[in-house]
Amino acid sequence: MNGEQPIHVVPPVNSLRMVRTLMLVTSLCGGLIVAVWQLTQPAIAANKKVVLERSVRALIPNAAQIVEYDASTRGVTPGKGDPADGAVRFYAAYDRHGQLEAIAAEGAARGYTDTVRVLYGYRRACECIFGIRVTQMKETPGIGDKIITDPVFLKNFESLDVSLTPDMRSLFNTVKTVKHGTKQFGWEIDAIAGATITSKAVGRGINDSAQRLLPLLVPNLEAISQKGGMQ
Amino acid sequence: MSSQPLQASNMEQLLEGIWKQNPVFVMALGMCPALAVTVSAFNALGMGLATTFVLICSCTLISMLRRFIPREVRIATYIVIIATFVTLVDYIIQAVSLALYEALGAFIQLIVVNCIILGRAEAHAAKNPPLSAMVNALGMGIGFTIGLFALGSVREILGAGKLFGLSLFGEHFQPWVVMVLPPGGFFVLGLWLLFFAWLAKRKEAQHGA
Amino acid sequence: MEHETLGQIFIITVLSSNFVLAMFLGLCPFLGVSGKLETAVPMGIATSFVMLVASLCSYALNELLTRFDLEFLRLIAYIAVIASAVQLVEMVMKKFSPALFRALGIYLPLITTNCAVLGVALFQTARGYDFGQSVAFSLGGGVGFSLALILMAGVRERLNLSNLPGVMHGTALSLMLAGLLSLAFMGFGGIGVAR
Repeated sequence: MNGEQPIHVVPPVNSLRMVRTLMLVTSLCGGLIVAVWQLTQPAIAANKKVVLERSVRALIPNAAQIVEYDASTRGVTPGKGDPADGAVRFYAAYDRHGQLEAIAAEGAARGYTDTVRVLYGYRRACECIFGIRVTQMKETPGIGDKIITDPVFLKNFESLDVSLTPDMRSLFNTVKTVKHGTKQFGWEIDAIAGATITSKAVGRGINDSAQRLLPLLVPNLEAISQKGGMQ
Repeated sequence: MSSQPLQASNMEQLLEGIWKQNPVFVMALGMCPALAVTVSAFNALGMGLATTFVLICSCTLISMLRRFIPREVRIATYIVIIATFVTLVDYIIQAVSLALYEALGAFIQLIVVNCIILGRAEAHAAKNPPLSAMVNALGMGIGFTIGLFALGSVREILGAGKLFGLSLFGEHFQPWVVMVLPPGGFFVLGLWLLFFAWLAKRKEAQHGA
Repeated sequence: MEHETLGQIFIITVLSSNFVLAMFLGLCPFLGVSGKLETAVPMGIATSFVMLVASLCSYALNELLTRFDLEFLRLIAYIAVIASAVQLVEMVMKKFSPALFRALGIYLPLITTNCAVLGVALFQTARGYDFGQSVAFSLGGGVGFSLALILMAGVRERLNLSNLPGVMHGTALSLMLAGLLSLAFMGFGGIGVAR
């Protein structure tokens, strides 16, 4: 055992030297990591912002400015860092005049192979979702990835009913993906034939996110209806 | 090899890693990332370059410190050094291209347990001066990158009909979707290994005749 | 992310996103130790056990690092914890069950560099699993790894008796076999996903 696996052998001799060397190496490595971390953090944050703004703009073309917020039981607060437990991150898009244009938020659910992430746009005026954009998925090419391109499927999201109950505790109707060709109501999503599991993941992701976000967000929409209303 | 000062020219050292001892095709090492991320030529190149960077930096540092590291704790030290450079690469990739970072995912951090790096550190860098260690690591890194690129480009061409995202065959090409799925990774690497085994066998037969 | 039940996570990790056949984790031992059934079984058990221990340790460690805002040390901490966990498992086993130690002894050190073990730790962090989910994930990972290893060993034992062209022997053939197994496991896709 000891011949080829010296990592397991710690003889008492020379232990001072070993400790010294390990300390030296670890402090060197620690210093390196911290230095590079400090140097790269601004660039990473900027990158993430660019990617996010690109997705939100694709959904809401006349968004002039995008602000991150967290919705929680304590109301709406500016979003910084990772959202706290129970808080839901969303993005408010304002037009050129500083008026709230629409809200975007992300839903996620497990699809056929991995997590499917979808950014959806919400407008209070119609109490509906008016568009989606897939931000991450690894579904089967040619089958599951139709959720990005299939025009008939995307038409589901041009006006998807997510109205709240009168007491604003939950959605009036659960957003639901139904079998291809059986869509009857405004809150149902017509699945892509042959890619039902992926289509259902989109529906579940949106429903899960909307059920948590909208009851927290809608009562507080007034506060963020104009740019700078919060700060 | 270990005690004598390096006689073989640096060029030979470099070529050894790239061709004669190619980590992917000849030694079949470091296959987890080789298969997991090579769904496209771009991802393959990114992974190859990241691994090369870690390989060169950690081998050079280990070689510089080789007289100070006690034998008993050398593996632990190597792992700490390798993990450091992997963490650096992780942040650098995030800063350079978030798209690449998302495509490679956790496999960037899994470079730590890539046997090529620990293998090179133990077999070469621990016994040779920094310059030689660096050249050797560079050769291995290039060899690994070429291996990944060969896998990734074949999978992307057959599986999506594209190379670097550019469509190659026009719209009438029906992509072999299985090639970009997990089984395709196994098949393509298996075929490449078969090809190299066949080359070696043929050379052997020619020498015998 | 919607909440996944423990059963879902377990089934998905064993079958449709099997560590070896769908996520390409732990290929070195998978190709190296799958020659015979009698070595594949103990290797599977040992790896599963280390995965569970590593998952528990790294869960605790991640909580600690997050609390002190030291996320950039995560990778180093994980790899150190895994190496020590392997060592610990080895010592405990030697003390309490020498027979098992003799059976698994040679495989234990190999597990440190098995990327499936570090993979468990990294993926559970990346997906933000809570404690129960982490345990289900690591158990599923271990069972899935053992399953793939045992299936492969069974096939390769039979293959030894068949007549093959010379160049086909070795890793190339094992990879082809793994490809076929992986193709078969793709059939499980979608199992365990909520309807």
